[in-house]
Amino acid sequence: MTPTSELELSDMIKAANGPLRIVGGGTRPIGHVMGEVLSTAALSGITLHEPGALTLVARAGTPVADIEATLATQNQRLAFDPMDHRALMGTSGQPTIGGVVAANISGPRRISVGACRDFLLGVRFVDGAGNIVKNGGRVMKNVTGYDLVKLMAGAYGTLGVLTEVSFKVLPAVEAETTLTLSGLDDTTAIQAMSAALGSPFEVTGVAHDPAQSLTHFRLEGFAASVAYRADALSKLLAPFGTMQDIAGDWSAIRDVTAFAGKTGDVWRISVKPSDAAALAAKIGADAVQYDWGGGLIWALCPVGTDVRTAMIGTAGYATLIRGTGQTFHPEPAPLAAISTGLRAKFDPRGILNTGIMG
Amino acid sequence: MQMPIPDASVIERKDQIVARLLAVLPKDAVIADVVETRAYECDGLTAYRCPPMCAVLPSNTDEVAAVLKICHELGVPVVPRGSGTSLAGGALPTADSVILGVAKMNGVIETNYDDRYIRVQTGRTNLSVTGAVEANGFFYAPDPSSQLACAIAGNIAMNSGGAHCLKYGVTTNNLMGVTMVMMDGTVVDIGGAHMDAGGLDLLGVICGSEGQLGVVTEATLRILPKPEGARPVLMGYDSSEVAGQVVTDIIKAGVLPVAIEFMDRPCIEATENFAHAGYPMCEALLIVEVEGSDAEIDAQLALIMKIAAKHNPVELREAKDADEAGRIWLGRKSAFGAMGQINDYMCLDGTIPVSELPYVLRRISEMSKEFGLDVGNVFHAGDGNMHPLILFDANKEGDLELCEEFGAEILKLCVEVGGCLTGEHGVGIEKRDLMHVQFSAADLEAQMAVKDVFDPKWLLNAAKVFPLDASEPRRVA
Repeated sequence: MTPTSELELSDMIKAANGPLRIVGGGTRPIGHVMGEVLSTAALSGITLHEPGALTLVARAGTPVADIEATLATQNQRLAFDPMDHRALMGTSGQPTIGGVVAANISGPRRISVGACRDFLLGVRFVDGAGNIVKNGGRVMKNVTGYDLVKLMAGAYGTLGVLTEVSFKVLPAVEAETTLTLSGLDDTTAIQAMSAALGSPFEVTGVAHDPAQSLTHFRLEGFAASVAYRADALSKLLAPFGTMQDIAGDWSAIRDVTAFAGKTGDVWRISVKPSDAAALAAKIGADAVQYDWGGGLIWALCPVGTDVRTAMIGTAGYATLIRGTGQTFHPEPAPLAAISTGLRAKFDPRGILNTGIMG
Repeated sequence: MQMPIPDASVIERKDQIVARLLAVLPKDAVIADVVETRAYECDGLTAYRCPPMCAVLPSNTDEVAAVLKICHELGVPVVPRGSGTSLAGGALPTADSVILGVAKMNGVIETNYDDRYIRVQTGRTNLSVTGAVEANGFFYAPDPSSQLACAIAGNIAMNSGGAHCLKYGVTTNNLMGVTMVMMDGTVVDIGGAHMDAGGLDLLGVICGSEGQLGVVTEATLRILPKPEGARPVLMGYDSSEVAGQVVTDIIKAGVLPVAIEFMDRPCIEATENFAHAGYPMCEALLIVEVEGSDAEIDAQLALIMKIAAKHNPVELREAKDADEAGRIWLGRKSAFGAMGQINDYMCLDGTIPVSELPYVLRRISEMSKEFGLDVGNVFHAGDGNMHPLILFDANKEGDLELCEEFGAEILKLCVEVGGCLTGEHGVGIEKRDLMHVQFSAADLEAQMAVKDVFDPKWLLNAAKVFPLDASEPRRVA
């Protein structure tokens, strides 16, 4: 099924007599969903870009690349820096903006500017009963009614099929510099990253790669400002070593390309940074890398590794991005009851990406 | 403003309900005396008043859970209350309700500078969150203008913003986790010191749900390192169109100021008479503030001044020091007080796409003549959040109603041009009956379905947010 309009999508969902597997570009397969494929590919196109208002609205099936290209003509960008999963997942195709929203996909800049959900201003979607619903809008400040925008971001289509999304976008930057410390163990690297994030120098990427023992700090902005802050940050972090100015490959960090093509399960773990090194040491990983100042751990583990048991006693969650097993972290009973209740309300027949989230 | 008819069968049982509450709370935490309950009869929207049946002031999550469990069992409506500063009537009681105030719960539970968060009880005031961390060089970013008084509980309920959210976002962007008590007394922990949700983003829908999904008792908030410095510039223009274009040009140039504030002539005149800030008399005044080190501020302001100068300003003034910065902000910060000196006023809160600013201001000015009521506009120009202040005389028969009618027309205009009814104050009772203007029946149904899950009996703050006719089948079920 490839609806070409919201109304057609609504009719298709109303007429559906079995589970539907919702697909955008198909580049981020997660979990094991059965059902007839429902593609958003034909719900495509940018419907509004107002550079002076920092606003962009696009239909859900619009390729991310098209959006980035359009924004670039006005020297703007999606600041949350969505990860491209193709290398890691071994997929091809065109990532869509609807997929980015459905999975709340953000990149390294998330640590300083916020996640996909923080930039999402509005959504239109069709719920599991075929109702067409809008929430939020195209303005930056909006507290009119409940914020279903956040609820839809990261709902993996289980509450409705997104048809249109609107975003706050930001200006692109004039200059970017990456400073790198080398030779730090994980615990010390996280201390250095926390020191940087606790400084007023506005680092916009903070990642540590234990394999190479390199810790990267990105600064962005006007050239003179970047130069000033690079100097100030080097002085602040002098106790951790001498920082070198080497070109950082932030798309490789963002896309976790180090794990591409390697055998094993891939886990994405969110914890508070000061818990990260100790946790990473006990999950039995073949390799890890840290983003978000240590708040995000990517782990490549032998197939079937039980990461969640190792997490008992550590606040946070682990999502199985690549591998067979339970994809999402089990929720405590009262929260699971709320989530199940919401899915039952928005998708009473249980046909939208059934079972993907629990 | 219509409110549901109070449930007489609840009011009849007042003695029994109070006795049950006294069994789980200290004596001084239950306020049932009819004179004393009047302290809770309204919030910042003082035009509407109704004393609650009683008020309770629990001291911790367990006590909140005990109260809600009793109210749930006995079918008693509950209205949560932070500091009572809502401008939308979010904490307005009904005569059959228990006010649940979090004022006693104002402690700091944990601060963590390495991981950059603070955990507080939600009765704590917004400004005192910053107060708890500023000695260590940190601050809490959302800064509603009531920040001296307003509680984090209310900030979360209304998803409060402030003048600096162009850069830092609003409450939802700075809230990491909550402990919340559901209406049936169940205590849930959502989120925490780690980032983003592992399942559905429940935190995202709780924030801004106006106290209808649960009572948030503790919150984990993101704290940020304080910038090295901040400085504003002031610019005056002969037309709001030009001022709007300046805002657009600044944003397009790649500068992201932390605040862009706009005032129109009626507001400028009122504040000048009141605060004597030395503002130029013109049609549109902008205050643009940037942050960073001294050198960074100089560079950004140079760029902004260059853009501003291109558009023939009647005045262009850069703050050279803290004193001059203070004077630039003085008028803006006293704008509401200044308008209040002239007359009673109603403060609106719609948001519009920035590009629609000149059209909307022109229409407001036309409507002002039609309704015969003066209006001044203060405006967070970077994000399109307007605060038209309509002046009226509360002692004059029919003036409040006329003012409300005018306000409703302005809000409808905001929706018509692609904006929304409320940018940061919340719907409460004030905008409740206008929700049909912005949302279809299906849109409202989807939102109410969320409340069905969290509060199936519709006991929590149920007469707010949704038009009474839309919520009636659920409220009376």
